[in-house]
Amino acid sequence: MWKTILRRVLIMIPELVVLSVLVFLLAKMMPGDPFTGSINPRLGQEQIHHLMRINGLYDPWYQQYWNWVVHLFHGNLGTSYEYHEPVIDLIKQRGANTLWLAFFTMIMTYAIGLPLGIYAGKHEGKLQDTLVQIYTYVTMAIPYFVVLVVGIWIFGYGLDIFPTTGSVSAQANGFGPTLISRLGHIILPGMLGALFGTVNIVQYLRSEVIDSKHSEYVKTVRSKGVPMGSIYRHHIFRNSLLPIAAFAGYSITGLLGGSIFTEMVFSYPGMGLLFLNAINFRDYTVITALVLLYGFLNLLGTLLSDIVLSIVDPRIRVS
Amino acid sequence: MENKIDKKSTISAADLKRLSAEAEQEAAPSGFTIMAREFIADKPALIALIIILAFFIFVTVASFFIDVPKMMETNILAYYNEPFTKDFFLGADSAGRSIAKQLIVGSRDSIGIALGLTVISSTFGICWGMVSGYFGGTADLVMQRVYDFMMIIPMLMTIIVIVTIIPNYNAITLTLILSCFYWMGTSRLIRSRTLAETQKDYVQASKAFGTSNLKIIFREIMPNISSLIIVDTTLSFAENMGVETGLSYLGFGLPMGTPSLGTLIANANDPENITHYWWTWLPAALEIIILCLSISYVGQVLRRTLNASQRRGKQEK
Repeated sequence: MWKTILRRVLIMIPELVVLSVLVFLLAKMMPGDPFTGSINPRLGQEQIHHLMRINGLYDPWYQQYWNWVVHLFHGNLGTSYEYHEPVIDLIKQRGANTLWLAFFTMIMTYAIGLPLGIYAGKHEGKLQDTLVQIYTYVTMAIPYFVVLVVGIWIFGYGLDIFPTTGSVSAQANGFGPTLISRLGHIILPGMLGALFGTVNIVQYLRSEVIDSKHSEYVKTVRSKGVPMGSIYRHHIFRNSLLPIAAFAGYSITGLLGGSIFTEMVFSYPGMGLLFLNAINFRDYTVITALVLLYGFLNLLGTLLSDIVLSIVDPRIRVS
Repeated sequence: MENKIDKKSTISAADLKRLSAEAEQEAAPSGFTIMAREFIADKPALIALIIILAFFIFVTVASFFIDVPKMMETNILAYYNEPFTKDFFLGADSAGRSIAKQLIVGSRDSIGIALGLTVISSTFGICWGMVSGYFGGTADLVMQRVYDFMMIIPMLMTIIVIVTIIPNYNAITLTLILSCFYWMGTSRLIRSRTLAETQKDYVQASKAFGTSNLKIIFREIMPNISSLIIVDTTLSFAENMGVETGLSYLGFGLPMGTPSLGTLIANANDPENITHYWWTWLPAALEIIILCLSISYVGQVLRRTLNASQRRGKQEK
């Protein structure tokens, strides 16, 4: 058990190093330099060169990379050239918004996906099953950003139920109203994300339930006289739940990738929107920090999932 | 066949013909026959297939008649022209450009990129998966580490960064860039199937005969997993429709001034457009929805043909 986890963590280190080199080189290749934004009539060409020299921008790239990594470990991600704020503070403000949304989406995904998967498996081959299959097929086929645009058009602008921009409305004061306003802004993007993100859970759970329905242990329990409902609750559901829980780690990747679209459509001030703005302003300290952070979160997500899976399924452990 | 038969054999030529005809009938139908039957049995699938093909042909042919630079010229007189008027079947956008024409040219480009992306990334993914699954051992281990690494890269962000770095790019370079990031799903699937296939007797026998590895992989294993490849390619085509359009929607897809389904939907970013001038973006959104649903339905039907117990097409007896 511990061997598996240790091996998995050790694999993570080279991946992280390669990722950081890649991100660094990409940032280096971006047009413009960190001082392009601060050019003004009072600042001459020589002064810019001087600034570049004292900041080590003329060093060979491996030297610059090393400096960057050292700063990284001190929690110093640089200063944003657009917002004139430390990047770490920016990410703290925006990250909270993204996490709120991601957390809500994940809860709703499981709240919709789990019952649907079990329901479809229970009624295998019947009308209910077909309906759930149609639902998963439709949600899988349509590109996510189109869903968001149509969703905000219908529920945001057309029916005028939900707010269409921002994360908290300016009128909300105090803890209660702020929380309510925040939830109001999250519900529509979160629900759309959840409704269109259940495919894997539903499909997996459905086939799992169908498989276990015909397995020996269920037949044994059934012949003992345990009612079918109780078998679903106590035996089948429990057996299928852990692998499903393990998917949570992987779904972080999907949620983060989707956050760029969600935040763009809903003008939701999270990390995705921060990234898009940073790209437009060539604010490359923010860009590198965000790409690295997303990569790191992906890594943590897969690590988490792999560990949970190896606990659940002893076959994939290292002997 | 016939002249190889032993002279002393008692079977007459007529009998032999009859027997081989019977044997052919008894043999399992080929993959394509099964697929054709499946489409005839499932009417919605046939309709979906016809929609896709008719649409592709229409878009390709119609775009020959459209002068793209002229179409993208600003025409202030047609500012937000209503749909269903003369010259503007689907109305015009804020620069007075015809939405219908942009839709046709944009669809052609978007579909072309999705097709190219599917062909390149699937070919690469198939080769990667088959080599990795067939050789196993160290090669597999190294290739799997590369796969793991590709999976943790924040794909969308990296693509956007690359697109901003490259000063000049066109549809072809964009397709190549995207292809670098969308081969992993295919390779994983193909690898696991190849692993299973490599254990089978026919591969072992072929190896014992001294057949070259390349020949075993591409002439012997590949035909056996060909139906899986077809299904996976179709399903990834449906997914890839969303890749370029999504990027163009964010403003990092095709260069400015080139219409794409994504840039048309991006019209919806303007609150004015999304509420009042629905014709600037809704047709493109509906088109993507219908196309993606059709393609992935065809994919689902193809997938059903892989599993004999789920087929709906009747076996002729």
